Amino acid sequence: METLRLLNEHLQKGDVEEVRKLTEQVIAEKQDTKKILDDGLIAGMTLIGQKFKAHEIFLPDVLLAARAMYAGLDLLKPLLISEGIPMIGKVVIGTVQGDLHDIGKSLVAIMLKGAGFEVIDLGRDVAPEKFLDTAKETGADVIGMSALLTTTMPVMKKVIDMAKEQSVRNDFKIIVGGAPLSEEYANEIGADAYCFDGVNAVDCVKSFLGVG
Amino acid sequence: MKKTFKFPIAEITPSEKTVLKAQGLSDMSRIDDRILRLAENAVSTYKKLVDPVGILADISETDFKEVFLGEGNNESDAPLDSIYKSSESMSLFSVTIGKQICTEISSLFEANDFPSGSMLDSAASEGAELVAEAIDKQYRTFISGSAGFDSSVGFMRFSPGYCGWHISAQKRLFEFLKPGEIGIELNDSYLMIPIKSVSGIIISGKKGIFQFDDLFDFCAECRDHSCRDRIETIMKTNSY
Repeated sequence: METLRLLNEHLQKGDVEEVRKLTEQVIAEKQDTKKILDDGLIAGMTLIGQKFKAHEIFLPDVLLAARAMYAGLDLLKPLLISEGIPMIGKVVIGTVQGDLHDIGKSLVAIMLKGAGFEVIDLGRDVAPEKFLDTAKETGADVIGMSALLTTTMPVMKKVIDMAKEQSVRNDFKIIVGGAPLSEEYANEIGADAYCFDGVNAVDCVKSFLGVG
Repeated sequence: MKKTFKFPIAEITPSEKTVLKAQGLSDMSRIDDRILRLAENAVSTYKKLVDPVGILADISETDFKEVFLGEGNNESDAPLDSIYKSSESMSLFSVTIGKQICTEISSLFEANDFPSGSMLDSAASEGAELVAEAIDKQYRTFISGSAGFDSSVGFMRFSPGYCGWHISAQKRLFEFLKPGEIGIELNDSYLMIPIKSVSGIIISGKKGIFQFDDLFDFCAECRDHSCRDRIETIMKTNSY
């Protein structure tokens, strides 16, 4: 337990080497894999998210912690697969067609993965059908779309309308984000939520899936 | 006039403070050494990899009408529509900081080095804007040296994708300007490659033509309303 507490602490400090060393140690100690993930890595990232939300830390602090978390997760991944431990949900994410701004979307993807979700990142300039096809093929729980241009925001509505036409709208929750968006716009186009940053996106997705 | 430019790196390098501000850190007293080092490294990498180039080409009102209309997707009412019709001169432009930085940002993210990738991305975005300002300055210098120029003239820059000018107008802009000559290409979704590039039109004309209220339908969806500052700057400036 002490090692997991240390793992959690060093993750929050963004100390990659210590997180790697401690993850190797808890794996060697044959501690429960799910416990290492939940109490060591995800718990550390959750606290980081809370501190960011409370304006106690800044974006680079969050990313330093995320980098450390991924170092531990990389070591844990083979065990998660071999033991058949599922991630807590699956999210397909991308920046909509015609929009090149993907840094915000990437940060949301990093935070979701850090919270224990499987994230399928489609990148930037993603065609509407690609969002839906991927979500259907992978059995995703949530589709996340990002846009930074007011002129590309309508693509989000196109995806939602296509989901309705294909009678799959209720198969996924749909979240949207990006600088020009608002909760009103999300409601207007029929999205399930507007997320203003990565931490907020994690909260939204967790609440949809009834976890955490 | 059609001209290509290479810009001095010192002129288009953002300060560490600017990069940190873009990361949401404006209170320098609260920034720890690790984060300062990330910003220093980002600016240093930026300087090593940046390749700032630009192209300018004058365009007539008749030709710009075609570029502006693009694929016919503009908002029904956009400020640029009336501004360009009252202009004295116009020039299309395209600038980029080059593809090496964009490749490096992707590599850093792929290697899970998110803090460095994100910091370099902020440096690159700020840098691309500085290159756009540098070509804007070149145009102002050129116009202000011409006969009949006086301080009643102002300048404003617009880009497809903003202020009701649809991004699909990039297609005609690229057909006219041909920025492929400086290594900027357009993909099928009208996005520029390298990503950290800026294109658009620089307009000169009597300062009064640039006065507009941010009350267009699409303004409701705009978060920064930077047009207010830009207009205020034009009106306050005694010369270019």
